[in-house]
Amino acid sequence: MDFAFTHEHEELRQTVRRFMENESSEATVRTLMETEPGYDRRTWERMASELSLLGLMVPERHGGAGLGPVELAIAMEEMGRVLFCGPYLASAVLATGALLHGADEAAQRKLLPAIASGKSIATVAVTEAAGKWDLASVAMRATRVGSEWKLSGVKDYVLDGHLADALIVAAKADDGLALFQVEANASGLERHALPTLDLTRKMARLNFSSTPATRISAGEATGALKQVMALGVTMLAAEQVGGAQRCLEMSTEYAKTRLQFGRPIGSFQAIKHKCADMLVETEFARSAAYHAAFAIADGEDGFEAAHLAKSYCSESYFHAAAENIQIHGGMGFTWEHPAHLYFKRARASSILFGDPSEHRLQLANILEL
Amino acid sequence: MAQREISEEDLRKRVRALLEEAHPDKVDQFTFRGKLYDYGLAWVHFPEGFGGLGVSPGMQAVIADELSKHAKTHYDDMMINAIGIGMGAPTVLTHGTDWMRKTLLRRIFTGEDIWCQLFSEPGSGSDVAGLATRATREGDYWTVNGQKVWTSLAHVSKWGMLLARTNPDAPKHAGMSYFLLDMQSPGVEVRPLHQITGEAEFNEVFLTDVKIPADRLMGREGEGWKVAITTLMNERTAIGGGGPTRRGAGSIGVLINLWKSREQGQFSPDAEILLRDRITKLYIEAELLRMTTQRGKAARKAGNPGPEGSVVKLAQAELNKRIWECAMDVMGADSLIYEPGYKRRRPTSRAREGRNSLTKYQFLRARANSIEGGTSEVMRNILGERVLGLPGEPRSDKDVPWKQIPRSA
Repeated sequence: MDFAFTHEHEELRQTVRRFMENESSEATVRTLMETEPGYDRRTWERMASELSLLGLMVPERHGGAGLGPVELAIAMEEMGRVLFCGPYLASAVLATGALLHGADEAAQRKLLPAIASGKSIATVAVTEAAGKWDLASVAMRATRVGSEWKLSGVKDYVLDGHLADALIVAAKADDGLALFQVEANASGLERHALPTLDLTRKMARLNFSSTPATRISAGEATGALKQVMALGVTMLAAEQVGGAQRCLEMSTEYAKTRLQFGRPIGSFQAIKHKCADMLVETEFARSAAYHAAFAIADGEDGFEAAHLAKSYCSESYFHAAAENIQIHGGMGFTWEHPAHLYFKRARASSILFGDPSEHRLQLANILEL
Repeated sequence: MAQREISEEDLRKRVRALLEEAHPDKVDQFTFRGKLYDYGLAWVHFPEGFGGLGVSPGMQAVIADELSKHAKTHYDDMMINAIGIGMGAPTVLTHGTDWMRKTLLRRIFTGEDIWCQLFSEPGSGSDVAGLATRATREGDYWTVNGQKVWTSLAHVSKWGMLLARTNPDAPKHAGMSYFLLDMQSPGVEVRPLHQITGEAEFNEVFLTDVKIPADRLMGREGEGWKVAITTLMNERTAIGGGGPTRRGAGSIGVLINLWKSREQGQFSPDAEILLRDRITKLYIEAELLRMTTQRGKAARKAGNPGPEGSVVKLAQAELNKRIWECAMDVMGADSLIYEPGYKRRRPTSRAREGRNSLTKYQFLRARANSIEGGTSEVMRNILGERVLGLPGEPRSDKDVPWKQIPRSA
C-alpha cells in the first residue's frame, strides 16, 4: 500500500471542492435540512451532468464514469467537509454497490444508467427495527405468488427511503437472503420520513404489505451485501475525515482570532494542545479511510480495513466535533453556529452501519485476537 | 553545494574499482570505510575530498545496491558512530574550519572517533537555549565550567559538540557559542546516569576549568545557536525515521503474542471482553501509525510533504506507553516480578533475555518516549504553532539578558 494519489485524483478533489463550496454553503445546508426531501434537485442534476459524480463507480457501459473506490472516497471526503445534503451515500454508494455486487445483468442495465444520469435516486433497505446492518437477523419475508414476488414487513432507518425512486430491499426468500427491487409507487408500500437527530441526513421507515417486487439477485445475497457494507463504511469513513478536518479548521481559525485575557485563546496551551491532538487524530483517520479505499480498489474484500476505518474515523470525528464546540465556548452551543451541525452528523454517522465497538469486535474476530 | 552530474554506471564502476582495492570480505571495517571515504562514496552528496562527489543524496542507494551485489560483508551500520555520522558530520561540513573538515570527517565516517552531543543540562531540558554552562575567553583558550546531561556515548567519545554560554548579558539565543571539545581534556569527567531501568544508556558530563583552544570554535562567537540548529535538524534523521514498516511489528506484536499465549482461565470472561477491546484499539492505532508514516513518505516522495511526519513522533510516544502498560496488565501477577533484577550496568544486547523480562524492561523504558527528543508537550506546541499556525505563548525570556531570566536552582 503506497497511498499513491495521482494528479487526476488531485484534480478531482479540487473540482469537487469548488463545486461543493458553491453549491453547499452553510446557508444552503440550513435551508435544505429543514425541508422534507432534504436535497436540491437542481444541484443533484448538475452533479450528474457536469461532474459525473452520481455514476462515479458505474461502469462506462452502463453510462457511468467507470472510476473506483479511491475516487469515490475523495468525493465523499469533500461532501463531508461541507455537510452536503443529498442522497449520495444511498444512491451512488450503497445502491450502486448493491447492484454491482449482487444484482443480475437485467437489473444493472435498467437501474445503473438511471442512477448515473440522476433520473433515478436509489437506496438500499436492509435495516429493520434494531437499526443494525445485521444480515442474519433480517426478518422481512419474500413470498412467491405465481411469477410475482411479494414483500411484507418493516424496514427502518432507511437512508433517503422517503424520496428514493428505486428501493433495493433485502428479504428472506425460501432459498436464503435475496435482493429485490421495489418501485416507489408500488402498492402496499407506505413511507414515513423520520425526524432525524442529524437533520442533514434523512431516513425513513418503510412498511410493506404484500408489496410487489422484482427479484434482482440470482442466488443468496449475503456475500454481496457484506461487500456493499465494506464499501459503505469505507465511504462513510472518508466522509467523516472531511468533517473532522473541517472541525479542526474551524477550531484553529477561531483560536487564532478569539481574544480573552488580552491574547488569542490559541496561544494558551490548553487550547493549542486540544488542536494538536485533533490534528493527530484527523491524520490517523485520513490514513485509515484512504487505506480502506485503496484496499478495496486493489481487489481485496476490504473487511479488515473497513472495520478499522469505521471504528477509528467515527471516534475521531466525534471527538473533533465535540472539541470544536468546546473551543468555541458558549457560541459553539448556539443554533446559529454550525458546530452543532457537525456534532450531530458525527454522532449519527458513528452509529450508522454499526458503532465503533461493534466494528472493533468484527476486526478482533478477523485478527483472531 | 554545487551538484554535478555523474551517471549511475560511472558510480557503479567506481564502486567496483573500490572493491578491487579493498574488499570488505577481506579487510577490517576501518580500512574499508576509509576507502569508501577516499573514493567519495561515504556521503555522495558531500563535496569531493570530503567523502563525497557532490551529487544528489539519492545516488547513495546506487552505491548500496552495487556493494550488496559483490560483497557478503556490509560495514554500513551508522550505529558504529550514530551521533558523529548523523549529526557531527553535517555540522562540521557546514560550520567547521578547514582544519576540522580535513582532520575530522574521515575519522567520523570510519568510526575511529566516536562523537557525542553536549547540549542538555540539568537546568535546561525542553529549553535548551537557556543553558548555563559558561565559557570564558582567556587568551588563546576558552575556559569552560558547567554540567551536561543525557549524553549518549560520552564515555567512549573522542569529540563532543559543546554548546556553552559566552555572553550572559545577551538575550539567551544570542549569547551562546559552539565548541568542539576533546573529551580527553583535563577537567572532563563522565559519570554513568542510571535510569528507572537501572541501566545507564546516558551519562552526566561535568566540566571543571576545561581548556579549549580558541580555534575549536565552530561558527562565530555568539552564533552557537545557529550551528546548534544544523545539528538538531539532523537529529531526527540520525535517530531514524520512526515507526515500524511491517504490519504487526514492534511493541504491538509483542502485546498480541502475549495476549494470544495467555493461560486458559487467566481472566474472567468479562475481563477478556474488556481487554480484547483495549488490545484491538491499540492494534488499530499501531496500524494507523504505520500507515501515517508510509503516507508521509509517499507525500514527500511526490513533493507535497504534509503534516503526517510531524504527528508521528507525538503519536508514537503516547501509543507506545499505552501498549506496554497493556502488556503488563496481560501479564497480570507475573508483572510484579522483575527478573533477572535491576542491573546497574551499561546496556548491551538484550537478545538473550526472555520475552517477559524484556516486556517489563520496555514498560519502564517507554516512559522516556514522551520526554526524549522533544516532550509530548513541546511536540503539541510545535504541531499547534508550526503546522496549524496558532500563536505562540507570550514569552518572558525573549529580549532580556540571559542572566536576568529566572532559573531553577
